[in-house]
Amino acid sequence: MLDDTCYHCGDSCESNPVHFDEKIFCCHGCKTVYEIFSDNGLSYFYELEAKAGSTPNPIQKKYDFLDNPEIVSQLVEFDEEGVQVINLSIPNIHCSSCIWLLENLNKLHGAISISQVNFPEKTIRVTYKKDGFSLKALVLLLSSIGYEPYLSLEDYAKKGKKVDRSLLYKLGVAGFAFGNVMLLSFPEYFEVEEFWLEQYKVVFRWLMFAFSIPVVFYAAQDYFKSAIKGLRSKMLNIDVPIALGVLVLFLRSSVDIIWDLGSGFFDSLTGLVFFLVLGKFFQQKTYAFLSFERDYKSYFPIAVTRLGAENEEENIQIYKIRKGDRLLIRNQEILPVDCVLIKGTAEIDYSFVTGESKPVIKEKGERLFAGGKQLSGVLEVEVQKSVSQSYLTQLWGNSVFSKDKASNFQTLTDGIGRRFTLAVLSIAVLSSVYWLVFEPSLVMNVFTAVLIIACPCAIALAAPFTLGNMLRIFGKHKLYLKNTNVIERLAKIDSAIFDKTGTITTAQQDAVLYEGVELTDAEKNMLKTTLRASSHPLSRSLYSILKSNDIVTLDEFQEYEGKGLEARVNERTMKVGSASYVGQEQKSKALNTSVYVSTDEEVKGRFVFKNHYREGVDEMFKELQQSIELGILSGDNDGEKLRLQKILPVNAKIAFNQKPEDKLKFIKDLQQSHKVLMVGDGLNDAGALAQSDVGIAVSENINVFSPACDGILDAEALDRLPLFIELSRKSIRIIKISFLLSLCYNLVGLYFAVTGQLQPVIAAILMPLSSISVVAFTTLCVNLLGRKLK
Amino acid sequence: MSVIYVLLAISICVALVFFIAFIRSVKAGQYDDSYTPSVRMLFEDELVSTEGTVTTKKSEKINQIQDTNQ
Repeated sequence: MLDDTCYHCGDSCESNPVHFDEKIFCCHGCKTVYEIFSDNGLSYFYELEAKAGSTPNPIQKKYDFLDNPEIVSQLVEFDEEGVQVINLSIPNIHCSSCIWLLENLNKLHGAISISQVNFPEKTIRVTYKKDGFSLKALVLLLSSIGYEPYLSLEDYAKKGKKVDRSLLYKLGVAGFAFGNVMLLSFPEYFEVEEFWLEQYKVVFRWLMFAFSIPVVFYAAQDYFKSAIKGLRSKMLNIDVPIALGVLVLFLRSSVDIIWDLGSGFFDSLTGLVFFLVLGKFFQQKTYAFLSFERDYKSYFPIAVTRLGAENEEENIQIYKIRKGDRLLIRNQEILPVDCVLIKGTAEIDYSFVTGESKPVIKEKGERLFAGGKQLSGVLEVEVQKSVSQSYLTQLWGNSVFSKDKASNFQTLTDGIGRRFTLAVLSIAVLSSVYWLVFEPSLVMNVFTAVLIIACPCAIALAAPFTLGNMLRIFGKHKLYLKNTNVIERLAKIDSAIFDKTGTITTAQQDAVLYEGVELTDAEKNMLKTTLRASSHPLSRSLYSILKSNDIVTLDEFQEYEGKGLEARVNERTMKVGSASYVGQEQKSKALNTSVYVSTDEEVKGRFVFKNHYREGVDEMFKELQQSIELGILSGDNDGEKLRLQKILPVNAKIAFNQKPEDKLKFIKDLQQSHKVLMVGDGLNDAGALAQSDVGIAVSENINVFSPACDGILDAEALDRLPLFIELSRKSIRIIKISFLLSLCYNLVGLYFAVTGQLQPVIAAILMPLSSISVVAFTTLCVNLLGRKLK
Repeated sequence: MSVIYVLLAISICVALVFFIAFIRSVKAGQYDDSYTPSVRMLFEDELVSTEGTVTTKKSEKINQIQDTNQ
């Protein structure tokens, strides 16, 4: 085979491929998965989509807490007569092979009866018999084939989540009534004097009346509710004229058919509501697999291991952790509380908290903060604070997290609604007064006709269709927004604040500088060889940067966890590691992560790891500063100050050593005079993201984790941010133009209404025509604009 | 012409049947996931190996998985 990538996952096999069954694999994990699949008649997996597999992660005792029946009962959806049903979130689901495989789980274990994948939400629903099987076994089985479920505190006790399908019902009701009413109203459009028509029109009319009742009282009820809510808070939103229009349409039509004055406007009424609900449905599109409401709960584990008085292990739910408890934290586990280290060497990765990717080394007796992930070995810690009182989780007590940004924001449509309502009401009153003088019998006709024809259906549709389309286009280019309201807010932004680490810098590449005595070639070779043997992230990134090619054979090699490496070749020793390990006195507090090198106990120098800025950041700032004020808020020290000043405009605000609360307060102060966009990534930005007018989380893998925000931006698309803002502004312009367009239709309609000549057939033509042309116009414009992104 | 009453009744009944079918399908969750079924229907119900060998090997394999994980 010419192909040298893994048959299972498609990764390159590098130096040591595993050969099996005439195929090659990048690791034993992938080979095992292949074996399982082929042994169980599931090799069709590879035919559906080549190299679609995922490499399984080693998991050891991570899921032992699933032995605790109390925890399991909180997680499963259904548990009766030996059968359990559970909905698991599996971020790894990505292609049709995944769907096929996961829906054939019953071939892997007989106890599993049904498994069904929901692809857009990346979840799987499994029904299994408890006999000889358990939730833990299921989770381990899924993990072993590379589909590790994502279990977090958030899943705990979220049971009974109900899906809201009312909009679909409303759409069904309105569409059903609309179609039937159209059919029934057709014969009377042409006003022919025909015997049979006269005979049956009463039946037709009352049937239309019957069809329109559920439309008015069920499908359109949201508009009435919203209008009443608006009026109570003394706001004339766009729903007021809509509700008024629907109500007047219904009453006038009923009066018309009761006194045999005409056929009524039931067709326009049902059509109007149908289009409005359709607009709402279109706007409702969300990204089901992303969560915009995440807090620490979706990141924290469900349970941890507590040590009893005689060191016996016990799995407990994390809300039950009390101060003074002793916990066991294993490799790759997350610290759920603030605690003090009592045994082991801690190497903590705080990247979810601070965005800083380099692990921090902690010694016995030092404090560890909640949210960090242990990277090597087992720790024993003593709890200092309970979960809700820890440094990180305390932030969620702040009131910004309970505030709903969308409800405090007056949309463009609502802004227009106010003026529109006043204008329509005054026209209706004036024309009624006019007719009161000249032809009193026409007054009611004219008054209601004005309210009917002026019903701002097209205006109400302009925003949902423009913004809904824009939302989809943004989604295609990797900016995933929570709802359409965010686009309107984004268009008003005049100030943008960025977090540094993880947002404009990347964790995947490092810039490394060497400071100190020049190393000889022999030393360089030795250093590279020494690093090669270590699996520490710093060693690996340093190894990939060093240029030396001659690999020497080490006589001795020793790795001290959390300290450094020691190697011996030909009577020479080399030490690589932290300052204290190598023997260097730390003069000042180190600003950047450094690795020290010494040969024969003599310190040579250090490698300094500098932040690597994402590609296109310079250009992005240059483009943004033309219309927006910029700023940087960093939780780090000011080691990068000079470099940041170079790429930012002179008036930019740069602040370092910012705690999560500081960031929140900074944004709050800035909001006194500005509309602020916050771009961040870690949990420490969560407060600032919630406080800002628009909070966007930057993420390298959108499926994994991002704090609560208004939008998630794929890190690759960060340089497109100025374009996204520009397109939001243009969308608002499109909405304004379509307002003008629909006003033209309204003027034509008003002419008929004011002169007392409004026939049902005119309304039936004019109203759908205006709605459809506005929808067509906005869709076309937005798609033309969207081409810019390519 | 009174046949029109019958026709009307029939047409509305047919429409109602479809309407009820729609409501029921929404209630059953058919519209919750509009993507996966479109992929699912393309799968073929094939079985590569024979039943007998599958079951024995299966249990061994599962045991092995659990051993490695614990």
